[in-house]
Amino acid sequence: MQLSLTINGQPHAADVEPRLLLVHHLRDNAGLTGTHIGCETSLCGACTVLLDGEPVKSCCLLAVQAEGANITTIEGLATNGELHPVQEGFWECHGLQCGYCTPGMILASVGLLKDNPHPSEAEIRHGLEGNLCRCTGYQHIVEAVKFAANKMQTQA
Amino acid sequence: MSFLAKYMGQKVKRTEDPRLIQGIGHYVDDIALPGVLHVAYVRSQHGHAKLNSVNVDAAKSAPGVVAVYTGTDIAGKIALIPCAAAAPDMKKPDYPALALGKVAYVGQPIAVVVATDKYKARDAAELIEVDYDPLDAVTDLEAAAADSFVIHEELGTNVGATFQAGSGDIDAAFAQADKIVTQKIVHQRLIPNAMEPRGVLAQYLPGEQQLNVWSSTQVPHLLRTTLAAMLSHPENRLRVIAPEVGGGFGSKLNVYAEEALLPWIAMQLKKPVKWIESRRENMQATIHGRGQTGTVEVAVKNDGTLLGLRYDVIYDLGAYLQLLTPAIPTLTGLMLSGCYKIPAIQLNCRQVYTSKMATDAYRGAGRPEATYLIERVMNRIAEELGMDPVELRRKNFPKPEEFPFATAAGLVYDTGDYEKALNKALEVIDYQKLRAEQAAARADGRLVGIGVSTYVEICAVGPSVMLPCGGWDSATVRVEPSGKVTVLTGVSPHGQGEETAFAQIVGDMLGVDLNDVLVVHGDTDRVQYGIGTFGSRGLAIGGTAVAVATERIVAKAKRLAAHMLQADENSLSFEDGKFVGAPDDKSMTIQEIAFHAHQAHNIPSDFEPGLVATYFFEPKNCTFPFGTHICVAEVDKDTGEVTIQRYLAVDDCGKQINPLLVAGQVHGGIAQGMAQALYEEAVYDESGQLLTGEFMDYAVPKAFQLPSFELDHTVTPTDVNPLGAKGVGEAGTIGSTPCVANAVIDALAPLGVKHLDLPLRPEKLWRAMNA
Ligand code: FES
Ligand code: FES
Repeated sequence: MQLSLTINGQPHAADVEPRLLLVHHLRDNAGLTGTHIGCETSLCGACTVLLDGEPVKSCCLLAVQAEGANITTIEGLATNGELHPVQEGFWECHGLQCGYCTPGMILASVGLLKDNPHPSEAEIRHGLEGNLCRCTGYQHIVEAVKFAANKMQTQA
Repeated sequence: MSFLAKYMGQKVKRTEDPRLIQGIGHYVDDIALPGVLHVAYVRSQHGHAKLNSVNVDAAKSAPGVVAVYTGTDIAGKIALIPCAAAAPDMKKPDYPALALGKVAYVGQPIAVVVATDKYKARDAAELIEVDYDPLDAVTDLEAAAADSFVIHEELGTNVGATFQAGSGDIDAAFAQADKIVTQKIVHQRLIPNAMEPRGVLAQYLPGEQQLNVWSSTQVPHLLRTTLAAMLSHPENRLRVIAPEVGGGFGSKLNVYAEEALLPWIAMQLKKPVKWIESRRENMQATIHGRGQTGTVEVAVKNDGTLLGLRYDVIYDLGAYLQLLTPAIPTLTGLMLSGCYKIPAIQLNCRQVYTSKMATDAYRGAGRPEATYLIERVMNRIAEELGMDPVELRRKNFPKPEEFPFATAAGLVYDTGDYEKALNKALEVIDYQKLRAEQAAARADGRLVGIGVSTYVEICAVGPSVMLPCGGWDSATVRVEPSGKVTVLTGVSPHGQGEETAFAQIVGDMLGVDLNDVLVVHGDTDRVQYGIGTFGSRGLAIGGTAVAVATERIVAKAKRLAAHMLQADENSLSFEDGKFVGAPDDKSMTIQEIAFHAHQAHNIPSDFEPGLVATYFFEPKNCTFPFGTHICVAEVDKDTGEVTIQRYLAVDDCGKQINPLLVAGQVHGGIAQGMAQALYEEAVYDESGQLLTGEFMDYAVPKAFQLPSFELDHTVTPTDVNPLGAKGVGEAGTIGSTPCVANAVIDALAPLGVKHLDLPLRPEKLWRAMNA
């Protein structure tokens, strides 16, 4: 099937099998391997990307369901070489160890802050319930999101 | 060894992060080779069955399929999956990379399909018909030990080995006891669940006879040596690369069937092949952890003095042995003294085969079991004697001046001040006030509990005789002609942050910028032989090798500096990257020296050009980090749900090179230990089906299921290595499980509850409350 969508601001067209998962399309066809796969069952969030600005699990969407959509992957989050405040927060606060959950965790956090620019700790912890991290125990991730919230407030 | 403190001891942000937060690092699945073929597995759906036939005809002719292999195709061509830790008289079954004649656990590999893309490989795998005769399975440990059904007929029994450990007069200890406290202890099976599943990419270059293997492993060099033997391929033409590795926790400290099969297929087909594990495969066929059922008995005096401890345990090996499977309860035995003086200790262990995936090293590897059973039984003893659990612990600590401290379990603890960590924890959390608040809450009818655990663990295992692979590790430090520094480390970090920690050490010792130091790891063609990252050894052993190699660089550079500055070597000192103290205030930087060491136009006649040093560090002992954890938990009377109100960890891991990384390790460790206490359990049914085979059923905790942790520390350096660092990767896991369990059981104490097995899920607590 013909598919055309925008990935990280670039138009992207391809002929894909109807059953192709969006995550495989991003990784294998578009070469954007920053989107990871941790379960393929919508339970870990490693594959989270932004679809028209909203976080979605790309292992649970067919590529063709993203027809016409605007996708942001982790590779497209920094602008003009400048890290997004959430990326900065993860770096500053040691919000990652092995880094495997990180792209999904960062994009889920971007989505969370869009809906709730000043989340409490509990709101952050609940807001990230679709994303598993086995390394950090989440505490530094919570701090990273708070860091980003503060930074985005001063930037605004 | 002298350090500047520009980087060391500071909360330095990680140098590995920029690539990871932008998604531009490379894990195995991110590496693309032209023409790569994809491998899909057919695995056993039964816990135990005879394999009558495996019909691959339909799969072979399916679209895109290049090859299909079964156990008969590889028999005699790929050696059996090795175990490096079985005693010579241990009974062990053959464990081929693809099953032959029988399967003994759900997920055991039976056949593989190689196809042009992963969808086609999976489609074709569905077409393979396996004809099984299901047989009885054995999943209960007591039943397995009683040989109710023998899994491996050729062994004649499920008991692979029986061993005893410990020393001291155990009978006398029990004869003298005022009281004997007995507790049955179950350490449930856990699934490590690194977020990146395993994966292997293999490539064969026939011209060069070069075999390249990318694997998500913690031990690339050990894997290389083992694969060379399994595949009869020369080790010097075999390159193993552990690229970015998405967590391990011991589950990638192994040699798996897939790691041997993929390179073998690459050699057959002369095409690169890739296999990426699914989460379901990971749950079924990557090693599990824990899996012990035992009884601990302690002989005590009425004043709380511990006289002797006996632990009778059955250890769940699983169906086959993986690399270190039988070694795990040995570690439990070695740590049976905990942080207490116990004159007599005895471990009686039976290791049994069951119809499950093999157990092996999962974060802590045998030590969490020891700590959990001791810390749980200490609370039981305190109850029986009517003592405060804190005072009971304090009474039995060895004093700081008693170190090095030899235990009846057979170890010599390096350094320790257990009371200092305990006192600090009590003070930080205000224990007296907590107990008062608890009394008030209880008076209000609330179920609030306080748990304490004081732990000691064993890290950085050495000397080499203690490990089948050796206990040393290596480093090469090279100052390039431009003055940039390259560090090649034999350890293989996968989240720990050693690229940063090692750059901190080198940055300070050479007085160079952190960003001028590149730390290379995980590639057997780039790095000299090393052992790897596990057992909290990276910094204490690998970091020491880096520091000593760097010291040698400074010494060599100083000789050249003296020559070039026409100074007496003894009058020169090295400060902030410069050799100073020469006549006329002349000085030279390390970068200048590096250039001249390579140009070699003006060097002493006996000076070897270049500026590189390699050091293999052999530790003379293990290190023994310790600490005190305190937890406050409340149990909801109506639902049985546990809320962790406070969690304080006071850890002593010796000197801290980077407190930010230490905090990260402790947080992650506590999370896993707390998950064992409250949530996680690998459950098999009687037929050997894994009921917890996806994240839907296996409860890896989410962010809202964990609290924020409060951290503090004491610093008691080790004398085993010049860094004074003990290791911290597993401390949190080891300290937290009993601490949380003690808190929850303390909460239920007014209802007469003395002990419950883990995990302490709401249903179990509700039943206990409503019994
Ligand atoms: S890979 Fe998509 S949620 Fe786990
Ligand atoms: S950083 Fe490793 S899983 Fe989150």
